[in-house]
Amino acid sequence: MLNVTINSQKLQVPEGSTILQAARQAGIKIPTLCNVEKREAIGACRVCLVEVEGARTLQASCSTPVSENMVVHTNSAPARAARRQVVELLLSEHDGDCPTCSRSLDCELRALADEMGVANVPFEGVRAKPHIDGSTPALVRDNAKCIKCRRCVSVCGEVQGVGALFPQGRGFQTVIGPAFTRDLDSVACVQCGQCAAICPVGAITEKTAIPQVWKAIENPKLHVVVQTAPAIRAALGECFGYEPGTRVTGKMAAALRRLGFDGVFDTNFTADLTILEEGTELLTRLKKALVDKLPVALPMFTSCSPGWINFAEFYFPQFLPNISTCKSPQQMFGAVAKSYYAQKIGRKPEEIVVVSVMPCTAKKFEAQRPEMSTNGVPDVDYVLTTRELAKMIKEAGIDFKSLPDEPMDAPLGLSSGAADIFANTGGVMEAALRTAYEIVTGRELPVDNLHVKAIAGLGGVKEAALTIEGAKKEWSFLEGVELKVAVSHGLGNTRRLLEHIKANGSPYHFIEVMTCPGGCIGGGGQPRFTDDSVRLKRISAIYSEDESKKMRKSHENPDIQTLYKEFLGRPLGEKSHHLLHTHYAHREK
Amino acid sequence: MTALSAPAASRGCACCCEPSEAELYVRLDEVIGEYRDKPGGLIPALQTAQSVFGYLPEPVIRKIADGFGKTVSEVTGVVTFYSFFTLHPRGKYLVRVCLGTACYVRGGKEVLDAFKKRLKIDVGETTPDRQFSLEVGRCFGACGMAPVVMVNDTVHQRVKPARVGELVNRILAGGAVAVEKEQA
Ligand code: SF4
Ligand code: SF4
Ligand code: SF4
Ligand code: FES
Repeated sequence: MLNVTINSQKLQVPEGSTILQAARQAGIKIPTLCNVEKREAIGACRVCLVEVEGARTLQASCSTPVSENMVVHTNSAPARAARRQVVELLLSEHDGDCPTCSRSLDCELRALADEMGVANVPFEGVRAKPHIDGSTPALVRDNAKCIKCRRCVSVCGEVQGVGALFPQGRGFQTVIGPAFTRDLDSVACVQCGQCAAICPVGAITEKTAIPQVWKAIENPKLHVVVQTAPAIRAALGECFGYEPGTRVTGKMAAALRRLGFDGVFDTNFTADLTILEEGTELLTRLKKALVDKLPVALPMFTSCSPGWINFAEFYFPQFLPNISTCKSPQQMFGAVAKSYYAQKIGRKPEEIVVVSVMPCTAKKFEAQRPEMSTNGVPDVDYVLTTRELAKMIKEAGIDFKSLPDEPMDAPLGLSSGAADIFANTGGVMEAALRTAYEIVTGRELPVDNLHVKAIAGLGGVKEAALTIEGAKKEWSFLEGVELKVAVSHGLGNTRRLLEHIKANGSPYHFIEVMTCPGGCIGGGGQPRFTDDSVRLKRISAIYSEDESKKMRKSHENPDIQTLYKEFLGRPLGEKSHHLLHTHYAHREK
Repeated sequence: MTALSAPAASRGCACCCEPSEAELYVRLDEVIGEYRDKPGGLIPALQTAQSVFGYLPEPVIRKIADGFGKTVSEVTGVVTFYSFFTLHPRGKYLVRVCLGTACYVRGGKEVLDAFKKRLKIDVGETTPDRQFSLEVGRCFGACGMAPVVMVNDTVHQRVKPARVGELVNRILAGGAVAVEKEQA
């Protein structure tokens, strides 16, 4: 332990701590821009300058280690002046108009300018040449607003293991972006939006679908339904001043109804459907491998996360046969809404507009894939992020906090607790195990409160094993089999897992992959700002949503049972195959 | 106006002394193999590749990125960080117009515009016949003689925009500048 004094507060910090970490430990706030949680500090932005007694110059607190008996002043006049100047310099090169910027409410640069009392910008800087990159369905990049903090570089390269964004050029000419300063569609970006989630300013954002959604709602000829992903209910509240981890399911449904949607439905419903399809697919693959001795692709990977699908198509095509053929719950919802539901209400598929609210930007990409349509009609028409939904609610003048709790509509709104936990890393696997174990043995998954602890939480790659005992007759080939599963979240972790499997083979039967750190609750479309403490709060909110329900297993959902009885027939049946399953193809980087 | 024709073909001749493109790519594979596992091997690999090809064409960058297990964005990030590297073929004559303070206030910008107009290229580009590349400099230490233009190693002082055309013609005629030795 080292002794350090910060603003005359004496404290002890572990060796190797930076001044910034020490200050946080003491509850003292130092502003930062380029610093990214759990990544090595790059010391690029200088907005964290502090005064260290005995040092000739001010020090960047994020990258300066504490030494024994160091005396630090974070709030002295020179420190404040220097930090203000850094922000003034950034603003002098910044080409943005706050009132019309998509970040005006949560922009960190704007907030810093305010906190530091920037009253005017005394420098006349050269502004970057504006270039708007709208080349992808998911994201928009605006170079003129980029402050070159490189957070996106660190997230894309190190956390996601993609490396689409790098500083190009040098000095003032530097542009943060893809190779040859081209647009994002020229590189193998998976559209996860983690860059957009971490960007402090309006330089990377989702491509908005708000105008199209308003237009559809206002068109009386169209029947517009909305689905909300499991992760929205644990995060949307943050946009309205609630603490992270506040569940707002009921208010969300009420708000959607007041926005004018004709049906307020739930992606959770098709998450339950996914479990039945995907669980059956897994058991079928296992039967083919163990009984029929056929060469079938195992381990099977989950397919709900579209960034992961893009990642596999670009970087790991050898695993494409291993990915479940199930469409994601978002796409299954669209397909069911435009067939089963359309028939029920007597409308043609083309008269129904499906809007999704997703924690994810890659879902925007997924929705426009040509495979994701039935007879030429896209399953899903428009995808909004959590942040976009919050904007629409504000635009409509709805006072979110005073809304009553309302339920979702039938017949696509009822869901089990197993569907809720799709939002968390490890959740799809746990939901699948709850159902698969019960199908095979006729008994409930024998774990405490139905939670498979080993695969929950923020560990990078997690695994669990479960021995099947007392299998029913038709599943007797699984008797005594130790079912091995793995879970990874964040594509950097996933890359490590896949490289390991490539080199050493796989002991696993089933692997869940989620693109974003923490799972969908940490998606690229979620409210800013997301760090591990926020992730953990959203994760526990989702688990309590699950635990608050009586029905906690997908196969118990009566409306899913009705859907099979009235329409689909059986899991993996012909209708399912046509509507709910898809295929993947290698894409050149 | 005089056409920008080459005085003596230095590149692209069909005689047997020039290696074919396929041969260059074989050499590139060797370079990648040689440096791939060395720590910090990327920069020397890029340097060698540039001396093989004369510049770093996109397919070369893609191959190097693949070979080193890096993304193209990361490699172009490195390439564009060092002014030594070039993504475009460099011309026989590198024209650098100083835009340091002294040159700027005494008309450097207008001189630059005149070069752009005469050569029909922008800063950072090369004429299609690979005679001229145009770049901007930041003070060559000859402020007393501003505005200054450097063509390869020769300094031209007090350049007037109106005389740029004539200067280009003189260079092409071989009278105004020393030709840099080809890089090994
Ligand atoms: S990025 Fe921030 S500072 Fe820049 S225009 Fe947008 S809100 Fe304003
Ligand atoms: S969307 Fe994801 S993969 Fe694409 S640039 Fe951003 S962080 Fe990288
Ligand atoms: S795009 Fe955003 S995160 Fe990336 S460097 Fe620019 S300001 Fe930083
Ligand atoms: S946060 Fe310390 S230099 Fe950017």
